[in-house]
Amino acid sequence: MIRAALIAILCAGPALAQPVPDIAYSFEGPFGTYDTAQLRRGLQVYSEVCSACHGLKYVPLRSLTEPGGPMLTADRLRDLMDLLDPVPTADGADRPRQATDPFPTREGEGMGPDLSLMAKARAGFHGPFGTGLTQLWRGQGGPEYIAAYLAAFTEDTKEEAGTVYYRNPVFPGGWTAMPQVLFEDMVAYEDGTPATLPQMAEDVSAILMWTAEPKLEARKRAGFVAVGLLGLLTVLLFALHRRLWARLRQN
Amino acid sequence: MPYAPRTRFGKWLHRRLPVMALIHDTLSIPTPRNLNWWWIWGMVLVFCLVMQIATGVVLAMHYTPQIGLAFASVEHIMRDVNGGAVLRYVHQNGASLFFLAVYVHIFRSLYYGSFKAPRELTWVIGMMLYLAMMAVAFTGYVLPWGQMSYWAATVITNIFGAIPGIGPALQEWVLGGPSVGNATLNRFFVLHFLIPFIMVALVALHVWGFHTTGNSNPAGVEPRRDPEGRRRDTLPFWPYFAIKDLAALSLVLVIFAAVTAFMPGYLGHPDNYIEANPLVTPEHIVPEWYFLPFYAILRAFTADVWVVIAADRLTFGVIDAQRFGVLAMFGSLLVLILVPWLDRSAVRSGAQRPLFRVGFWLLVLDFAVLTWVGARPAAFPYDGIALAATGYWFLWFLVILPLLPRFEKSRPAPDTIEEAGK
Repeated sequence: MIRAALIAILCAGPALAQPVPDIAYSFEGPFGTYDTAQLRRGLQVYSEVCSACHGLKYVPLRSLTEPGGPMLTADRLRDLMDLLDPVPTADGADRPRQATDPFPTREGEGMGPDLSLMAKARAGFHGPFGTGLTQLWRGQGGPEYIAAYLAAFTEDTKEEAGTVYYRNPVFPGGWTAMPQVLFEDMVAYEDGTPATLPQMAEDVSAILMWTAEPKLEARKRAGFVAVGLLGLLTVLLFALHRRLWARLRQN
Repeated sequence: MPYAPRTRFGKWLHRRLPVMALIHDTLSIPTPRNLNWWWIWGMVLVFCLVMQIATGVVLAMHYTPQIGLAFASVEHIMRDVNGGAVLRYVHQNGASLFFLAVYVHIFRSLYYGSFKAPRELTWVIGMMLYLAMMAVAFTGYVLPWGQMSYWAATVITNIFGAIPGIGPALQEWVLGGPSVGNATLNRFFVLHFLIPFIMVALVALHVWGFHTTGNSNPAGVEPRRDPEGRRRDTLPFWPYFAIKDLAALSLVLVIFAAVTAFMPGYLGHPDNYIEANPLVTPEHIVPEWYFLPFYAILRAFTADVWVVIAADRLTFGVIDAQRFGVLAMFGSLLVLILVPWLDRSAVRSGAQRPLFRVGFWLLVLDFAVLTWVGARPAAFPYDGIALAATGYWFLWFLVILPLLPRFEKSRPAPDTIEEAGK
């Protein structure tokens, strides 16, 4: 009985069909920052492939030019906005998308969920021993999950109630309504990086981490300032405390 | 030294409103010299309340309590509001610091008998503060309107619905409708904003309480009353304990800042970054870590446990497994509130009670086990562990604390605090 219990406890884990391998992203750990070139590549994959069915409704286009992101030039942003759907207005006429607008929303038949926050809404791992403490240096595995998911499709399909499902061992349950969308050399990277399937999956998961956590770099910088100043204050206060009590013992 | 105004304005003010005297007397309160580092958490708690109110008020200026807009307004705070991401993460993680501090503070009181006469009311007010904290944390968790927000609200308010008789009507009254919806979100926002200010008033009563009786202390003996004894047993709060508390608070905040800045999602749940959807139930609905011990107790009593079967038969089905769990959860808090009357030992400090100390550290372990098991699925072997841990919780408060003094030979308490310090 006790042996069975121990086995059950030690083998317990999230019901993921297949473990998500760790990827050493540049933005992990207290010192981690985004890799601008990778974000730009990821944005290219999103724009050319994912955006057909997935929106980024919480991401303002202007943030693409801001520090701590892909840092597009104003010209590049304008080129990008020209390709996006116009914004419907109250009087029925459409107007061109502006920098203050977010990315378009994708809703309706055959469309997938919004991806703005997907990298924070998934957890690839929670180690060691289910404590999740590895999050400090390798994150919670959201981008890793996305990368593994995009690269894990098999050829198997099944049909249920008129919907076709595709076999993906990383997806909980193993079957997903989304087909494989990334294939070798599907994108011609502007920086010349070979567009292998793992490369594209990693790049697009990196940009999705940025869309989910655009203030990551500012947050970490604020953290170092806070830890530094509070650390100094702590040292001073403990020194003062020791002096006060030492003087007390002398008397 | 009593307060004596020195400036002309000071004298003018003192004759009309002796507020400076109040502050002076509060800060110079004689404090037992032997307070150890476990006594710093009250200051941490005061800081937490102020920090949560300060960040919360700013967040409230940018948040929209409407089910179609709430989730997006939180993302607006995270992306568009100046410093919004930092404010929101500090507020979110601040709740965890608040509960960590309150748990250490509570267990310190339990170990050193701080709740014993004449400090029962300070304890009871403290427990009211703890219950208020739970209400604030729960209503606050619903506000981002993510999947966990929505489903936690559904599961927790179902607890009210399980109360025999008035339950369903009570649940509907709390929710403002048949299920969690816009009325719920709106009133939870109002309560989340309101209750912290009631807590400020309760904190004032809590502090007034122990300033009237004096602080408890690790030796469990009161400071002497004669001037010389008092001088030898106590020190003014300012600067000795104020600086000590602030030094410890500062160290705690270093760790807090590191967690908030470098792993802000650690204590949260990924599912709460998915907008609430009444049609999709998350695979595991798990409360925040600080509710897990009581969540474990709620779930521990399944229909196949003999006490539940007995209760079911004896009440002709009125107390079924679900209601038994609800009673157990409220009961586990009730025994904590009633501990001044459950602990029959005349010895105040646990440091002088050898058997109590063993049982106390088992209780701390028990609390940790309940926290851990509360996050596990309610299946073998966790169900058995949860039941055993729940059993020890009630055994400790309802059997061991009242009966232990009959068997236990405690070590003699020191005569004075001065002697205890040697």
